[in-house]
Amino acid sequence: MDDILLIDAAERYFNGEMNDSEKLYFEDLRKNNAELDQVVAEHIYFLQEVSKFSDYKQLKHRIQETANTLQEEGIISRMPFTGTSKVIYLWNRYKKTIAVAASIAVIVSVLSASIIAVFNPGKHTNIKPLVEKLKEQDVKYKKLKNQLDKLNNASTPAVVEKPRLESKFRATGFMIDVNNNYLVTNAHVLSEAKNHLIVENNKGDQFIAETVYINNENDLAILKIIDADFKKLAPLPFSIKQKNADLGESVFILGYPKQEIVYNEGYVSAQNGYQMDTIFCQLSTIANEGNSGSPVLNKNGELVGVISSMETNAEGVVFAIKSSNIFHAINEMKKVKENDNIKITSKPILRKTDRVTQIKKLQDYVFMIKGD
Amino acid sequence: MNNIDLDLDLLKGLAKQESNAIDQIYRSNFKMVQKLVLNNKGNADDAADIFQESMIVLYEKAINPQFELNCQLKTYIYSVARRLWLKKLQQMQKIGLQTNDFEQVIPVEEDVAHHEHKQASFLIMENAMTKIGEPCKSLLEAFYINKKQMQEIAIEFNYTNADNAKTQKYKCLVRLKKLFFAEYKHIQ
Repeated sequence: MDDILLIDAAERYFNGEMNDSEKLYFEDLRKNNAELDQVVAEHIYFLQEVSKFSDYKQLKHRIQETANTLQEEGIISRMPFTGTSKVIYLWNRYKKTIAVAASIAVIVSVLSASIIAVFNPGKHTNIKPLVEKLKEQDVKYKKLKNQLDKLNNASTPAVVEKPRLESKFRATGFMIDVNNNYLVTNAHVLSEAKNHLIVENNKGDQFIAETVYINNENDLAILKIIDADFKKLAPLPFSIKQKNADLGESVFILGYPKQEIVYNEGYVSAQNGYQMDTIFCQLSTIANEGNSGSPVLNKNGELVGVISSMETNAEGVVFAIKSSNIFHAINEMKKVKENDNIKITSKPILRKTDRVTQIKKLQDYVFMIKGD
Repeated sequence: MNNIDLDLDLLKGLAKQESNAIDQIYRSNFKMVQKLVLNNKGNADDAADIFQESMIVLYEKAINPQFELNCQLKTYIYSVARRLWLKKLQQMQKIGLQTNDFEQVIPVEEDVAHHEHKQASFLIMENAMTKIGEPCKSLLEAFYINKKQMQEIAIEFNYTNADNAKTQKYKCLVRLKKLFFAEYKHIQ
């Protein structure tokens, strides 16, 4: 019962409902009784919170009232902008302009379809592979462009050119054996290639390749260029590191998030990957769709990893397969008789060169992996 | 009246929760916020929500006695809405985001952080209110939020007299405070 009286008094005090003598008496009581003062202080704190809460509720209510009025006047639309209702809404709103715009849109859409396709983000889970899926329009558009190009070239003396193959995705891969033309990329990349597999260099030359080894567990795959037109490259300028990269070690990446080779920098931000996966290490850098299979190199130009995926609910968190897994993959692959010729010999010449020179030497060994 | 005086008047009105001020602020700024949200992967519902939340941030600013308006009201609302929307998009995992700004932007990170902290404690209060159940919830809301007299409450809730209602209110209050403080200390 005393407690009820005390709370009641604290509330009257807080609300300024006490007269002067009452107030003085109450303040005196608080001063002389620490325990009582504690209870009052806590309750006043609570009352302040309740009062703010009540204010906030009221404000929300008033704002909502205004919103309702404006909605009735048609100033605000609360209509969901999704599915067909969006179309209907926009149609009703922009009927007049649409007629004019439509004729322009037809022309523009043909041109922009391929551009938009590249920038439309796909569906995200927490972790996403970095293969870029080329949209159907893109493929069609390219086909059209090829036909037009051929038409234009028809008048000039015919140069026998290899027909270009259509692709539905783009990723990255890199050479590890120049004598037998073996390349490394991600396993998840190859799951996209059902009909054919193409390796394309930075100049746009395409070569047919085939899968020789695939391991979904560590997301590594090895392919071989089987195209007779492919000219043998000079010895590998980089070595593949057996040891794990150190935490904080700065690294750089070469890959094809777009139709030309792209350079990026970063550092090793954790020794393990998503949910402590020991096959991967974590990098702090920027990677995009198309970067899957990109080589990760350290300052000496040694290969330390292969880009695989990124975390989507954090920025700049990229996962790379540790380079030691490549050796594991090679050993596994050698168990098949016709693949046991694989041999990694490199002539590391990048150690004391500057970055620009390193990139110049390396870029011929990094390829786009495409296919259908 | 020049623009600044007009803005200050609107803010004073908003601090008192005057319908006129809310209405005016709504009318002159909603389209701008809607454009921002629609142009950046949002829909009409998102725009309406973001605008209302921006209005609450502005209110929190307006009731602060030390508040000074250092820019146009419009700029402030745009900056807050932009910040809130960017955070929302981040939560929805749409990464790699840049807004196409068509208005001036001022830094409002602190205001928005302050607002979020306040919202967190409101949420705790709301949850605690829900957890205590009926009739406690309605009883306490009648007293603390709708500021009704004990006499009135006693009649409304069928208590024999005001004292009886007061005892009930006290019992409910103890439960509410216990629930509230148990959660509240985590966000401090």
